[in-house]
Amino acid sequence: MAGDSMKLGSHSASLTRTVSLVPLLTLWPLNAQAHLISTGLGSVYDGIIHFALTPEDLIPAIALALFAGLRGKDQARRVIFVLPLSWLLAGFLGTLTAVPPPASLAWLPLLLVGGMVATDLRLSLGATSVVAILLGAFLGYTNGAAMAQAGPGLRAVLGISATVFVATTLVAALVAAWHSGWIRIAWRVAGSWIAAGGLLLLGWSLR
Amino acid sequence: MRFVPAMRCLIGVLFAALAFPAFAHIQPGEAGGFVTGFLHPISGLDHVLAMVAVGLWGAQLGVPAIWLLPVTFPIVMAFGGLLGLLGIPLPGVEIGIAASALMLGVAVMTDRKPPLYAAALLVAFFAIFHGHAHGTELPPGQSGLLYSLGFVVATGCLHAIGIAIGAIHRWPVGQVALRLAGGGVGLAGVFFLWQAIA
Repeated sequence: MAGDSMKLGSHSASLTRTVSLVPLLTLWPLNAQAHLISTGLGSVYDGIIHFALTPEDLIPAIALALFAGLRGKDQARRVIFVLPLSWLLAGFLGTLTAVPPPASLAWLPLLLVGGMVATDLRLSLGATSVVAILLGAFLGYTNGAAMAQAGPGLRAVLGISATVFVATTLVAALVAAWHSGWIRIAWRVAGSWIAAGGLLLLGWSLR
Repeated sequence: MRFVPAMRCLIGVLFAALAFPAFAHIQPGEAGGFVTGFLHPISGLDHVLAMVAVGLWGAQLGVPAIWLLPVTFPIVMAFGGLLGLLGIPLPGVEIGIAASALMLGVAVMTDRKPPLYAAALLVAFFAIFHGHAHGTELPPGQSGLLYSLGFVVATGCLHAIGIAIGAIHRWPVGQVALRLAGGGVGLAGVFFLWQAIA
């Protein structure tokens, strides 16, 4: 028993020392990376993180995946390829011009695509493809121009496009497999939230 | 007892882990925008009761109102927020919010089942007041989009809570309990109205 007690005491002291170091580490701040997150892993990963942490890019892409999933497997399969490809090509163009579109238009994709999900709009395969091309072109060009100005350039756009493909594929597959009854209503509610966010962003931009 | 120092230290670590991240310069205000927006509707009892009452009433009305109201409400509320953001004044916002709790509470209490369009119009009318109040109260330095999404999502969650509670409507005892809850919301609405007018 005494041996066990000593072992426990020693273990406790060791644990105390180890754990005491953690608050000290939290007091050791890292530099704030202004304007574009630098992962330290290269431009492709910088692009991946940029997409994941930029709601103005992430949410419309997810909304289109929701919409395509609600419309069925054919539309979902079309969108998951057309959207990232359009994003990549427009991003390449954006890196060449390096002239970003007005930031005040960020509300438009949220309102339109969110509204399409909320109303469960019945679009043909061709019409959905056109929406995917336009959305990819707008957001891709914006990303490309921003990346050209910030430094990472085309490689970051490549990372963004790859992440768009992965994210939209996962979401569209989930929705296409799971969209009947109450679940469909839940997706539509999510669309109405996105559209509402877009409408309010319009207000912020006009303020 | 020997673990007490270690536990104290562990509590310190847990508090350190609770610190909010500072996402400097990436998108101004993103660190706090969503949380601030999410907490805004929850922080006011008048908003909370009115939103839960929308869900309760939707559950009482059944299909399709049960899903139509939560889909349309956020967009109409956002329109109210847009008016607020553009500086378009809306007279009697606080009175409108208080009246929403009163009217919706009474609708649940009396188990009133108007035509779908009438229910949707009534809820949409009050949504504009709630949205206007949210839209004009953005703290400085917050991300507009994340703040907006925060309060829209919080409002949706309050509807969902109302619908979940309203599920008791399928049992006779539940129907009585639901009507009592509606009466409670209506009484609170009278109190809010008194405060808004006084």
